[in-house]
Amino acid sequence: MESLMNWLQAQLADNSIFTLQTLSYYGEGLVTTVQLVFLSLIIGLVLAVPLAIGRGSKHAWIRLPIFFYCYVFRGTPLLVQLYLIYYGVVFVEGIQDTWLWVILEKPFVPALIAFTLNTGAYTTEIFRGAIKSTPKGEIEAARAYGMSRALMLRRIVLPSAFRRALPAYGNEVIFMLHASAIASVVTIMDLTGAARFVYARFYAPFDAFLFVAAIYLCLTFTIIYFFRHLEKRLLAHLKPVSG
Amino acid sequence: MKLNKLLSIGVLGAGMIAGVANAEVRDIRIGVDVPYEPMEYRTADGELTGFDIELGNAMCEEIGIKCEWVVQGWDGIIPGLMARKYDAIMSSMTINDKRREQVLFSDPYFTPPSAWFAPADSEITAPDETTLEGMSIGVQRGTLQDNYVTDMYGDVADVNRYATADDMVLDMDSGRLDIVFLDFPVGKSTLLDSEAGDYKTVGEKITEPKQYFGDGFGIAFRKRDEALAEAFNEALATLKENGTYADIEAKYFSE
Repeated sequence: MESLMNWLQAQLADNSIFTLQTLSYYGEGLVTTVQLVFLSLIIGLVLAVPLAIGRGSKHAWIRLPIFFYCYVFRGTPLLVQLYLIYYGVVFVEGIQDTWLWVILEKPFVPALIAFTLNTGAYTTEIFRGAIKSTPKGEIEAARAYGMSRALMLRRIVLPSAFRRALPAYGNEVIFMLHASAIASVVTIMDLTGAARFVYARFYAPFDAFLFVAAIYLCLTFTIIYFFRHLEKRLLAHLKPVSG
Repeated sequence: MKLNKLLSIGVLGAGMIAGVANAEVRDIRIGVDVPYEPMEYRTADGELTGFDIELGNAMCEEIGIKCEWVVQGWDGIIPGLMARKYDAIMSSMTINDKRREQVLFSDPYFTPPSAWFAPADSEITAPDETTLEGMSIGVQRGTLQDNYVTDMYGDVADVNRYATADDMVLDMDSGRLDIVFLDFPVGKSTLLDSEAGDYKTVGEKITEPKQYFGDGFGIAFRKRDEALAEAFNEALATLKENGTYADIEAKYFSE
């Protein structure tokens, strides 16, 4: 380990910007970005499934609030949502004295809430589209088998809807990764925050931002690869039969 | 008769020598760019005032010359000196090597101070590595204050970097930050003089080490006016000794 550090130090010896210290900023930034994006995507996904089902409900009191939520969060910039949640909670009278403040004091949770609600709204719309485009024949066949609504949803509608939603959802994941770059406006040291810090410290915009762009490219490539692999497996039945 | 002539030549010569000396340290004009509170600005009735103006006038008085202030935009302030529109610049100009190539600087007469600000009920009295441990410190991203805090306390405290001082004040109001480190005049106007909350400065104002806080402000002269620069240096030393400097500083940089 020590020889590795020495090797790294020797490699970095002839530049003044990418020292071990700045690299550790980038490293911590990478961890924060991945944490933030991954957690918000997971929670957003869990949120989106019931909402997508509810979005197509025949009861207006279920359908309309969900529509309104999606409309608001897709209709306003994420940056504005982040600002409102981070600085807005402060204006709730006496919040500093409640247990909520413990989690809302640091910027991570407010940012996580903003990102989750945002990706939740988009994912809901993606799933709703996929559910709506279930072929009529499949539903009629399920009914003919005497399946209840819940069973039909679980066995027929949702599995095929998820498969259809996969390519669009892969895009959403990449968008979310890139959108997370605004986290640094609420003092989170994510990847972009680290780049801004290095830029301001060494007056080296190109070095700082090209380096961070390369990291984002690697992350995006990993996501693309993962979703391609998933699509290959789960959408195998849709591929044209070749000799 | 002959003796008389000789004498008069002698007197003339002495007068000429004195005249040359006077030409070097004479009444001068000083270029300044306003407004830059609290260093130089105009009062409501249009009169020039500020730390630079008062200190400059005090120095001139000490030397025994008359000084006239000439307002000049920052972009053209060094060219204006070269073009003899005025003979010196005293306008919060930071001494650096690039400028040294063009002008002659006096001794630094002021380093803009930075200071710690905290809520009035804060228990921190002297910021150091133990008292700041685990604290949330606010700084403006990319400023010298950011560099200083990051290097000094980055390992023990949680450094939060903000794009603007206003965002930082908001988070200080809400209780997210325990203490912030700011340019003193900025902190004074945004925190001490604001109605948002009750704040105080903590510890001494900080102007050292030079590596972070720079060489300070200097008066710029044309390179050949060495005698003039020397006269101002001596005046500055005298004013620092007799307390005038401290009085002027207190007037513009006290809480």
